[in-house]
Amino acid sequence: MTESSASYVPTLLQDAVNWAQKYSLFTYPFATACCAMEFMSTMGPRYDIARFGAEFPRFSPRQADLLIVIGTITERQAPVLRRVYDQMPDPKWVMAFGVCASTGGFYQNYTVTPGADQVIPVDVYVPGCPPRPEQVLDGLMTLQRRIQEHRGNCQQDIGNTAAIGYTDRRKLPVLQDGTSMTLLPDERLPQDGRVR
Amino acid sequence: MAQRVLEFLQRERPLALAETGSHVGDEIAVVHREHLVEVLTLLRDHEQMRMNMLSDLTVVDYLGQTPRFEVVYQLYSIPHKHRLRVKVLVDETPGECWVPTATGLWYAANWAEREAWDLYGVRFEGHPDLRRILMYEEFVGHPLRKDYPQNGRQPLIRRPDAPPTDDQTTRLMPDSHDRRVS
Repeated sequence: MTESSASYVPTLLQDAVNWAQKYSLFTYPFATACCAMEFMSTMGPRYDIARFGAEFPRFSPRQADLLIVIGTITERQAPVLRRVYDQMPDPKWVMAFGVCASTGGFYQNYTVTPGADQVIPVDVYVPGCPPRPEQVLDGLMTLQRRIQEHRGNCQQDIGNTAAIGYTDRRKLPVLQDGTSMTLLPDERLPQDGRVR
Repeated sequence: MAQRVLEFLQRERPLALAETGSHVGDEIAVVHREHLVEVLTLLRDHEQMRMNMLSDLTVVDYLGQTPRFEVVYQLYSIPHKHRLRVKVLVDETPGECWVPTATGLWYAANWAEREAWDLYGVRFEGHPDLRRILMYEEFVGHPLRKDYPQNGRQPLIRRPDAPPTDDQTTRLMPDSHDRRVS
């Protein structure tokens, strides 16, 4: 086996892994506002997100790899969103559903976070107030294309994740009481269990 | 229709009233603060009034005027079907920015007064649990005051590489708990 073919095999393997991951997205809907209605329509039989391999909403972030932020994120809620994101196992992707989750929308005031990307890295933004289900499906296909191209935020962070495992174990979240080892020790959530 | 409520107050407690008026069919009574609880109790308990429902409790900020704040009680009588708007004028100096609580009269006043305290900074003396109700505890200031900066955000958490925003006071407010995460 030549050197070039030896370096080519992991790439093929990575492509295969990405192909498998993009068609089995398990979503966690972080639904906070009216966009959730449109999300239900997208999940339902008429628009049927299941056709794209993302049919099964998990109601625990620990079993999900696609976080869909649906609706307005307030400053008070932002630590909770971060906590939910930290609980998800790698590799994980985030979709901002609607303008409020993308930029804060028309809520330009003291209480609304100007976009979920202030708190967590976002892979794909779906604009609209609320977005039509077709837009959501388009956003999902965009995300799948990015996963296949290995361009998701977490994929760039953790590098080559092909079947042999992760390259940098420091990037892996180790969960202890909802805190994450991806944070520095002084940045973890309070240890007294107080949830804001 | 609720003119009889005003006439009743003028007959029963003339000294408590600073001003009375009517605006598009709603009767308004401006009450001195030291007589507020007395007037509210009378309105709730008197046989002809029976104002047993506190529809809403709000504050208006007239920035630049003295007194600056106006605490507004919207009262409704379910048995007699009449309404009254009771107002109290409050100044903004810290020692003066308070009104007595109405939680002893209506349970609905509890959260409404907490909201008024949270957003306008008007204290309700005697309230059993005067905490912030909408904003978080770390928040500094009262955001619906007219001199609070527009877009004055006090984030609890931010990514260090977060996109730029239109914030005016982000991370500038004292004691803001700004936790950076990776």
